[in-house]
Amino acid sequence: MSHPAPSREPERLKDPVDKAAAGLIPVVREGFRAAWPICLGYFPIGLAFGVLAQKAGIGPLGVGLMSFLVFAGSAQFIAVSMLAQTAALTSIVLTTFLVNLRHLLMSSALSVYLRHSSWRFLCLFSHGITDESFAVNMTQFREGNWSRSEALTVNLVSHAAWVGSTILGAYGGQFIPAGAFGIDYALPAMFLCLLVFQLRGRLYAVTAVLSGALAVILALLIPGNTHIMLAAILAASLGFALRRSRIGGRKR
Amino acid sequence: MITTQYLLMILGMCLVTYIPRCFPVSFLAQRQLPEWLIEWLDLIPVAIFGALIFPDLFLVGEPRHLELLQPKMLVALPTFLFALRTRSLGGTVLIGMFLYWLAGKIL
Repeated sequence: MSHPAPSREPERLKDPVDKAAAGLIPVVREGFRAAWPICLGYFPIGLAFGVLAQKAGIGPLGVGLMSFLVFAGSAQFIAVSMLAQTAALTSIVLTTFLVNLRHLLMSSALSVYLRHSSWRFLCLFSHGITDESFAVNMTQFREGNWSRSEALTVNLVSHAAWVGSTILGAYGGQFIPAGAFGIDYALPAMFLCLLVFQLRGRLYAVTAVLSGALAVILALLIPGNTHIMLAAILAASLGFALRRSRIGGRKR
Repeated sequence: MITTQYLLMILGMCLVTYIPRCFPVSFLAQRQLPEWLIEWLDLIPVAIFGALIFPDLFLVGEPRHLELLQPKMLVALPTFLFALRTRSLGGTVLIGMFLYWLAGKIL
C-alpha cells in the first residue's frame, strides 16, 4: 500500500504545480463541490451533538473548542454520554483513542498520495482526516484528478461545518425539547450508514455482526464502556483469523 | 464555563486522536506496515461500528438488559436498508431521524 509505482511519481509531482498555476479559486471551488455532501451530513449530527452536549452541561464555547480540537463525531458523542454518566477522565480519553484508532489506517492509505508534501502541510491536513473526508478524498485521488490543495479544502470545509453546526446546536439546544424531531436518532443513523460504507465484502459483514453480538454480551457482563473496544479487538482478530484460515484452506 | 477538568479532557482527546491521524502519513509514508497489521487494521472500522451500534439497539436501562423489539431497533432496519441502497450519509441521518420521530408518534 505504501509503495507507489515509480512511473506514477512524475504525474504526482506535476499535478499540484498545474493546479497552482490554474489559481486558487478553481481549486477551492472543486474542494467545496466535493465537501458539500459531508457538510450536509454533518449539519444534523453537529446540531444533535451541540444539543446533547448542552444538555450535559457543556456551554457553546466548550462545544466549539472540543469540535475544533478533536474533530471526531463518534468519539465526541461517546465522550459526552460518558461525561453525563460521570465517567473517569482517563477512561474517556482511552475510549476516544480506541474509537479513533481507525484513522491510523486511513492516514496510511492517504500517505500514498501525499508524498513530497511539506511537514507543515501534513500536520494541518492530518487533523482533518475523518471517516467522511477520507472516503471522499480517497475516491477522488484514485480517479487521478485530485490535488493536495483540493483535498485540504475538503478537510477544512468539513471541519468548519462541524465546528459551526455543533456551536449552533449548543446555542439552539435550550429551545429544542428533548427528543424533538427524532434528533436522538441522528447518531445511530450516522453509524448505520458509516457501517454500510465499511461493508466491502462478506468477511466485513461477518466481522460487524460478530463484533455487535460480542459487544451486546460484554455490555451485559461489564458496566461502563470497555465493551466497545474489547468487542472490536476480539471481532477484528477473529475476522483476521477467519481470513487467514480461508486463504490457507484455498492454498491446500 | 470551561473547567480545568474539561479542558484537560479535550486536550487528551485531541492528542490521542491527532497522533493516529498524523503519525502514519508523516512517518510511515516511506515504510511498509507488516501485512498482518494492515489486514487486522482493515477490519477495525467495521468491528468498531458493529460494537457501537448493536448494544445501542438491543440494550436498554441501567443496569442494562436485553430488549429486542424497541423503537430504536425497529427504526434501524429501514434506515439500514436506506443506507445500503443510497449510500447517502446526509439522507440516512434525515430518514433515520424522521422514522424515529414517526415511531415516537405511533408507538
